[in-house]
This record gives sequence, structure tokens and C-alpha cells, in this order.
Amino acid sequence: MSDNTAGSLRIGEVQSSYMAQARRRRLYSGIMLAIFVLLMVAGFQTAEDRNGGSFLGGIDNVFDYPAEVIAEAASKASELPGHLVHFFPALIETINIAAVSTLIGALGAILLSLLATRGMARYPRLIGVFRRVLDIMRAVPEIVIALVLIFILGGGPVPAMIAIAFHTVGALGKLFSEVNENADLKPLDGLASVGANWSQRMILGVVPQVAPNWLSYALLRFEINIRASAILGFVGAGGLGHELKVSIQWGQGKYDEAAAMFILLFLTIVFFDQLSSYARDKLVHGSNAGSH
Amino acid sequence: MTMMDLNADLRDQANRLFRRKRLLAFGIPGLVLLYFAYVVFAFDIPGLIQRASADNARALVADVYSHKVHITRDNRSGDVIAAIEGEKKGRYPNGEAPAWVTLGDTTVIDLGKGHVITYLPTDNGVTYDVPGYGVMSFTVSRSKGVVQSYPSDEIPTWINASKNRVAITTDAGRLTITRNRTEVFRYFTGWELFFFTLDSPYHGLGFGEVARHFLGGEAGAILSEFWNNKMWLHKDVYWAIGETVMMAFLGTFGAAIISLPLAFLAAKNFSPLVAVRFGTRRVFDFFRGVDALIWTIILTRAFGLGPLTGALAILITDTGTFGKLFSEALENVDEKQVEGIRSTGAKPLQRYRIGVVPQITPVLLSQILYYLESNTRSATIIGAITGGGIGLLLTQAMITQKDWEEVTYYIVLIVLMVMVMDWISGALRRRLISGHDGKI
Repeated sequence: MSDNTAGSLRIGEVQSSYMAQARRRRLYSGIMLAIFVLLMVAGFQTAEDRNGGSFLGGIDNVFDYPAEVIAEAASKASELPGHLVHFFPALIETINIAAVSTLIGALGAILLSLLATRGMARYPRLIGVFRRVLDIMRAVPEIVIALVLIFILGGGPVPAMIAIAFHTVGALGKLFSEVNENADLKPLDGLASVGANWSQRMILGVVPQVAPNWLSYALLRFEINIRASAILGFVGAGGLGHELKVSIQWGQGKYDEAAAMFILLFLTIVFFDQLSSYARDKLVHGSNAGSH
Repeated sequence: MTMMDLNADLRDQANRLFRRKRLLAFGIPGLVLLYFAYVVFAFDIPGLIQRASADNARALVADVYSHKVHITRDNRSGDVIAAIEGEKKGRYPNGEAPAWVTLGDTTVIDLGKGHVITYLPTDNGVTYDVPGYGVMSFTVSRSKGVVQSYPSDEIPTWINASKNRVAITTDAGRLTITRNRTEVFRYFTGWELFFFTLDSPYHGLGFGEVARHFLGGEAGAILSEFWNNKMWLHKDVYWAIGETVMMAFLGTFGAAIISLPLAFLAAKNFSPLVAVRFGTRRVFDFFRGVDALIWTIILTRAFGLGPLTGALAILITDTGTFGKLFSEALENVDEKQVEGIRSTGAKPLQRYRIGVVPQITPVLLSQILYYLESNTRSATIIGAITGGGIGLLLTQAMITQKDWEEVTYYIVLIVLMVMVMDWISGALRRRLISGHDGKI
């Protein structure tokens, strides 16, 4: 067998197998796309069948409600500043719920994430257990715990706070432990060699390395938690969500109050959204620039 | 500072740095503590501890792992009915009762541990024999209410008696007598009728026997008995879970489809016009800023209650989120590949298709999958407001405040649902990322 013929034969083989592969890949993507489109269409149809009103019947009315609210708010424009002041305490409560639960959740997440990271764990055998604990805490939607606690504790901010904090421990714990995994373990060895105990090793060896990333994730979570705290208020926990529900159930005549609360909520979310993305940018990318 | 000595200057600097660090190290935890102290009063936690209902908590916890059987006598007609959880669907057929109840003119209810209650045929009479205390007897009449006699002069604290109502709670069960009815609860561990209701031919069979029937060709019938269980409504529950997942799926992928073309308009390297870029970005900010809660309220007015409304609320909010994330991903695209495609004379659309899309697909898909999991949780909450999916069932079961075993069942399913979605999305993301690395 000469090298030449074998070479050209191989090229032909490679070419045809490449073409076959490309065709197969195109076929697979085609099938995937078809299944996806089918799922989307069937899904929207099922959702529409089980819905109170239809999509086409409602699409024209999407702006009716905002228009009514705006019209009524505009006709009582002079009362709007009063409403904004009146509902400000409720807004503060909503923000407080988010802040406290983020703080408590972050503290719990720091502890659990350190316990669940290889090389840092206090009890290396229990790493798996702590990871499962984080998985479960992350999987529990806030509303579940909030509703159960409202039954036991009565309505108010505390059930929402506990519920959000619980979920935050799981959500932040996973992100924190990913950050921890990228930390350098050499400082820990150094600290261990001078006789530091576990908490000293963590505080002096790990925290300075990972704090900016932790803080950045916690800020992102705070913004998410503000939304969660508003929505939980709507199902019975206190704060702005609760006030919003009351005035919406009242309907026409209290639209000006609803409008004031929409404005407050919108401004708050945009404010903290911008603040947290600015601060995060600074923390993660600008830490070198800051020290110069 | 008048000292010009370099060493002294450095020492001064170091001291200042240390002082600042020390201040931070003590100041930040101090501030956090101060804030917690403020919140304790702002949230009125001392008052809350007083208001918290330990009874509710105890009832909830007990109900989670146990069920009760009601033996009820109608004090007007004299009919005695046995029903699990007192529900119509859990009622024993007329003339039948569990083995610890002997029906007849005199109904004898054996609560175990020596506690025996009898329903006497005359004057709606009831006796309750509590070991270590004695026999109490009661009669009920329209005119005199509940006539009571106890073996001791002083009534113990576990008996709550008034003229028209007696409630006796012991560790064996609970007896309540009012003018209208006499009722005994006996508590058992476990979720009764979870698989088959009383009217099912498979009720009361052991696991082995059901398995034998299952293999003996009755698989369809057994599954349908379970699926159509009238007490636990498995069919509706799993439909609701499906509905919640569907809301998350439609919302997430719908948002992705809509926001991808818009993201090109908002990306610096694809959209030369500043005004277009600025405008698109503000639209994204607006969609994100008007939270899912407000979108849900607005859309509920237009489309009515149901899963479509929930899906659209997720879709609109996430259009804003994805728009922002996608345009950031697009701005990080490597221009060299686009340039390479352009050098072969490709048209703009071809440049995007071959130069850009393969670069960003793994990044975008990984973000979409991440949000799919998080939206499953959001869909549960939004469902509670728009009336779709498992969120609705959960709130409905909570409102009755007695079906805590059903609430527990739903919670377990919700957690499993989220964990499964998390696992799927994680597995797909890992495959996407490693597949991408493999190609390079």
C-alpha cells in the first residue's frame, strides 16, 4: 500500500464522515427546535385553555387598568404627595424585611458554605450533609414558609423575614461555597502552623480573600429580596405588598393610593438595582483601582 | 505634620491604616447589631412572641404526621357516623365503622389505654371512663343543655366545661359535646387514605397484596384508583405541579426569544445609534423595575386568573432581565471571529449567524437555564396570586387551616419539583459548558 492513495482515501473518508456528522448535527438541532416549538405552542395553548380569559381577548385590555389607575391618580394629583408620605413607612418595612433577611441569610450562608467547602470544612466528613442542607434550603420557595408561619405567628413582617432568610441561606450558601473553592488554601496552612483554631483560620485566612465576592453576591441577593418581600406582603406578610393588596381589592376610588404605591415600589427597585450593580462593579472589578 | 523623617511618616501611615481597620472590624459588626436591635422593635418582636399561637403550632405539627377519625352522633336524629378527618369523602358506609368502635343501640368507642366512651341510646347520654380519674356521664337535652356529672368535685384543667358545651382532651383522644352533636376524635399516626379511599376495592390491603394484584393484570385499575383518589386528589395535584413548571418554562423561554433580538439593539458593538441603545436599555430597566408583582396585578385585570397570566408576568419581567444580561454578553463577543467571517464576504445576517451566535449560545443558554430553575420558585408564588398551579392549591389548603397533612404533601412536592428542575438545569449547563470547552 502506498502512502499517497491511503492519504487521499483518508481525506475522502474524513470528508464524508464530517459531512455525515454535520448532517446529523443539523438533523438533531432541527428535531430539538421542532420539539421546542411544539412545547412552546402546546404550552401556551394549554395555559390559555386553563386561564380565566383568553390571550387575544385580553391583549387589548392590557393598558386599560394602568390607564384607569393613571387617570384616577391624575385627577387626584394633589393628593399624591400625601399618599407617598403615608405609605413610606410601609415601604421602609418592606426594605427592612429584605435587609434583615439578607443579613441573617448571609451570616448563615457564610457559616454553612465554609462547612461545605473542601479544604476549609470544620468536619470534613459532613461536607456532603451540609451541601444537601443548602440544596434543600435553596429549594424551598419563600411563600411556603411564609404561609405556615403566618398561621402560627399571625400576619406581619416576621414570617416574611424568616421565610426569605431561610431561602437566602441556601441561595447564597451555594454561591459562597463556589467563591470559597477558588480561594487560596496556603494562608490556611500558614495559620494552622502557628496554632490558629478553625474560626481564626477562617476569619484571618479565608474572609479577606473572598469578602468582596461575598459582598457582591449579598448585594445582588438584597435586590432580589426586596422584590420577594413586596410579593410576600401581597400574600399576607406585612409591608407595602399588604397595603397594595388592600387598596387593589377596594378597586376604583383607591387607585390613586395604588398608583402611589406602584411609584414607590418602582423607584425603590430601580434605585437598589442601580446601586447594587454599581457597587458590585466596583467591588469585583474596581478593587485594584480603589487602593491606588 | 511637621515631621519630615521618612520612617516616622511611614509609621504614621501604618498607624492610621491600622486604626481604620480596627474601626471597621469593630464598627461594622456594631452597626449590624444596632440595626438588629432597631428591627426587634420595628417589627414588634416582643409583642409577636406574646401573640404567637402555640396551640396553632401544636395542632399543625400533630396534623402533619397524624390523622384523626371522627365518631359523630347527631344529637337530634341519633345517627352515628364514622369519618376519617370528618370529611364526607372519608366517611365509612352506613352501619360500618373501624374495629375499635362497636355500633348498635349503645355505641362503644374504645380509645385504647383503657379510655372507653359510650353513646347511650336514651337522652343522648354519653359516658367517658378515664383510667385513674373515673367515669363521667353527660346527657343532652334541648332545654337543659349539657347536663354533666363528674367523679370529683373539682373539675380538672383538661376538661373545658360550660352550660352548653363540654370539651375533654386526653392523650387518648378528644370528646366534645354540644347540644347539636357529640363527637369523638381518635388520633392515628400516618396519612390515611393516601393511596386508596374507603370505597376503593384496594383499601386496607397490604403492600404485598396490592403488588400481587398489580402484577396479576390489575395495574391499570390500581393506578387509576390512586390517580383518582378523591381525598388526596393526586390527579389535580400533579396537574398543578405541571402547570407551575409550564408557567416557568413558557415565561423563561418566551422572554429569551423576545429579548434576544432586542439585546442586539442595546449592545454597543452592534447598535451604532446611541439613541436606540439608550432607549432599549431604559425599556429593559422599566420591565425589570416594574416588578413581577405589579405585572401580575396588571395582567390579571386583562387576562383573568390562570396560568397564562402567570406565564406572561414572568415573561415580561424576565424580558428586562435577559435583555440586560444578553446585551452584556453580546458586548463581550470576540470581534476577531466576526472579522474573519466578514473577510470571506459574508452579509451581516451571515456574520451574526456564524460569527456571533456560536460564541454566545452557551453563555445565553446557561443563563436561561439558571433562570428556569429560579422561575419555578417564582411561578409557585405568582400562582398563589393569579390562581394557577401548585401555589393556588397550597394557599387553598392553608386557608382551611386543618388539612396540614395535605399542605405538607404539597410542600414536599414543591421542594422536590424545584430540586428536580435545579438538577436538570445544572446537568444541562454542565454539559453545555464542557461541550463548549471540548470544541475549542
